[in-house]
Amino acid sequence: MTALPLAVLSPFALAAFAPWAHARLKHRAGWLLAVLPALLTAFFGWLMPSAAAGAPASFGAPWMAGTGVMFSFHADGLALLFAVLITGIGTFILIYAGGYLKGHPHQGRMSAFLLLFMGSMLGVVLSDNLITLFVFWELTSLTSYLLIGFNHEQERSRRAALQALVVTGTGGLAMLAGFLLLGASAGSLELSEIVRRGEQVRSGALYVPVLVLVLLGAFTKSAQFPFHHWLPNAMEAPTPVSAYLHSATMVKAGVFLLARLSPVLGGTAAWEASLTAFGAATMLAGAALAVVKTDLKQLLAYSTVASLGFMVMLLGIGSPYAVKGCLVFLTAHALYKGALFMVAGAVDHEAGSRDASALSGLRRAMPFTAFAAALAGLAMAGLGPWLSFIGKELALEAVLKGGSPWLAGAAVLTSASFAAVAGITGLRIFAGAQPQAPRKVHEAPVSMWLGPLWLAVQGALLGPLAGKAGEFLSPAASSVLGRPEEVKLALWHGANAALGLSGLSLALGAVVYAGWDRVRRAGRLGDTALKWGPDRLYDLSMDALTALARGQTRIVQSGYLRYYLLAVVLSVMALAGHSLYSRGEQPVMQPSVPVTPYGAAVALMIVASAVAAVLLDTRLGAIAALGGAGGGVALIYVMYGAPDLAMTQFLVETLTIILFVLIIFKLPRFARLSRPWSRVRDGLISLAAGGMMAYLSLVALHVDLHPPISSYFAENSVPAGYGRNIVNVILVDFRALDTLGEISVLGLAGLGAYALLKLRLAGGGDR
Amino acid sequence: MRDLILSTATRFLLPLFLTFAVFLLLRGHNEPGGGFIAGLVAAAGFALYSLAYSPAKMLRLLRAGPRALIGWGLLLAVASGLPATAAGKPFLTALWTRLHLPGLLDLKVGTPLAFDVGVFLVVIGVVLTVVVALQEEED
Repeated sequence: MTALPLAVLSPFALAAFAPWAHARLKHRAGWLLAVLPALLTAFFGWLMPSAAAGAPASFGAPWMAGTGVMFSFHADGLALLFAVLITGIGTFILIYAGGYLKGHPHQGRMSAFLLLFMGSMLGVVLSDNLITLFVFWELTSLTSYLLIGFNHEQERSRRAALQALVVTGTGGLAMLAGFLLLGASAGSLELSEIVRRGEQVRSGALYVPVLVLVLLGAFTKSAQFPFHHWLPNAMEAPTPVSAYLHSATMVKAGVFLLARLSPVLGGTAAWEASLTAFGAATMLAGAALAVVKTDLKQLLAYSTVASLGFMVMLLGIGSPYAVKGCLVFLTAHALYKGALFMVAGAVDHEAGSRDASALSGLRRAMPFTAFAAALAGLAMAGLGPWLSFIGKELALEAVLKGGSPWLAGAAVLTSASFAAVAGITGLRIFAGAQPQAPRKVHEAPVSMWLGPLWLAVQGALLGPLAGKAGEFLSPAASSVLGRPEEVKLALWHGANAALGLSGLSLALGAVVYAGWDRVRRAGRLGDTALKWGPDRLYDLSMDALTALARGQTRIVQSGYLRYYLLAVVLSVMALAGHSLYSRGEQPVMQPSVPVTPYGAAVALMIVASAVAAVLLDTRLGAIAALGGAGGGVALIYVMYGAPDLAMTQFLVETLTIILFVLIIFKLPRFARLSRPWSRVRDGLISLAAGGMMAYLSLVALHVDLHPPISSYFAENSVPAGYGRNIVNVILVDFRALDTLGEISVLGLAGLGAYALLKLRLAGGGDR
Repeated sequence: MRDLILSTATRFLLPLFLTFAVFLLLRGHNEPGGGFIAGLVAAAGFALYSLAYSPAKMLRLLRAGPRALIGWGLLLAVASGLPATAAGKPFLTALWTRLHLPGLLDLKVGTPLAFDVGVFLVVIGVVLTVVVALQEEED
């Protein structure tokens, strides 16, 4: 199905158009750009029935033949669930960003980045090939880097962007290694094929390495403890970005990957232990850190960390209940968290502050925003009869049945934190009689309340329409569980233990909400302790990396030409000498051509020149002596019929002398500065190097690794190359690509020499 | 370092160097010569001129900047490989055509000549870049 790759690539194409649209339509361009994701949402929704029927749309084109790398897509239930969320929420994010950044000079850039991200994210969820998935995965990291660093004039933004890139990029590399091992273990890189070979992978020797590496990728992306710190820092991004990437979509990529691979890697003790442990730790850390923040976005960010932990933990439990709970929770979370983030942005935009402790009574001034916030807040608390309520019930039930009491306790505490955060972000700032804000508050423009309202209403409606939601989630659950599974959702599960826990968590949440001031004061103590948290560790390791780089540069790059030369000569000797020794070839001592008196005389001249070059006390003399040695070599070329080589040699000697003449006057007076022992050392090394090269030449005379190719050149030079000078025909025709490489290197060397000389002239050198 | 003998001689030597360079370049395919050697000869001539007069005068004579020559040479060499690509053959495959004027001329011309001219230009450019940079440092 060709429409599938086109759908993935279309946001990339539209991104190129976005700056132009904004230049023409200003902030209203958001409405126009949102048409594409809206159409894509409909398209993915339209594909859902085929996925439900077990015949998902797919597409495959060869990419790198012979390596198993395909450009392939597979739209099964899980992929489509994510695709609908990505494009559906993306539609409103584009509209919202138009209003949020109204008047910003780089609106077009923001929309373009958002669209690029949307395409990358669609690629991640729809890819069938592991390598294709990886490429899109990295693209999400890159676009996220651009989006977090959107306000690049600010140091904090740049740091947050780089941190997100480093953390998720490192995880991505580990994941790539994991993917390759997984491909080797399963014998295929196609996910649709791999999920059928789960047994083979789980019993294979590579299972543990694959699991560890893939988990590293998923945990860094989905901000699991101890990699969670990049997510709250990423709140430096403009709010549309936080709402889209850091609540609804990108951070769920890790959860997506775990869900995708759970039929392959899941169900083992190692899987369950690691996912539940890390998930629960993340959940508790996020829940605890969320309630002590006052910045609306920080509150939401830490609660997102906790939610991601919750999802990972549910996937770890892996029972049908847990998977269903995870999917319902994931969908509901994307809706209400996206809405709440957009609300926070709207409040920030209109009231001039995001400080939850300083805002209140905004209800009257911002009625639509307040309504959206209330709906979304009720969803987050799990209070209203919305979709999230069902998700919470399912999740708690799954934890009660499949997990330990510890996990149940953790889940209750986390839900309590959700309820408190929901109260603060959705209720507290809007409640109260008198508006309290740094400036006069107005309702946000329609572009900024439409999105949150729509998402919140969706979340609310899906509660009563639980049957529909279940139909929608069934194919996804089937993908995760690896077998057909029907999701039957109902709002009322009866008065069971889960409902009791739910009530308990609400009560706890209400206590936290009521005593929020005291909680925050207690939290300040914790902040001091947290200075030594993972964020600090990140800084320390980045500092260590720079220090290491600086240290090794200081050692390797001494800045003295003699040491570079020594290193080069010694390495060549070590490598060539080792290979000479290990091959044990004997040198040819019989001359292959007759030795003439002229030849002998020239050879003597070369040796004498070389000795003179070493011993002479004047520079000019030494240079002339070197020229003599070079000229002698050229004479030998002439004698044995290599005129091209001889000519080149002569010319190079000539030019060398010209260059020497140019610099000789600038050198200090000739003096013996080196100590005797270093001269002895250099002499010995030179003799050894020269001796070894001589020996190598003699050995090389009779080593034929391959049948000589020279006869081919000789035979084909005239008929195929139309030239009698074989050397030239080889240079410009048979081996023209080599020559092209050589002249490129030559050109670069010339430019390099130029740059070095000019830098020195400008006084930029520090030596 | 102006020297009357050197500068006078150079005025006669440079044309000879250049003529010889072109000669080497063109005969290179059949007899000893070729773009590399020809480039060295031409560069030696210009370097001599630069020594006898000044880098600025030499550059005026050269018309193009030496670094630009590197670029043009590389561009020409790469471009000489493109007709083959367009003809569906591997990049840099030699293509030949025969110029035939009865009684006057019978010559085979091909993309390798353009390639060799590219090499020629790069070599001149590199040598003169270094020569000029060294000489300018002197001042």
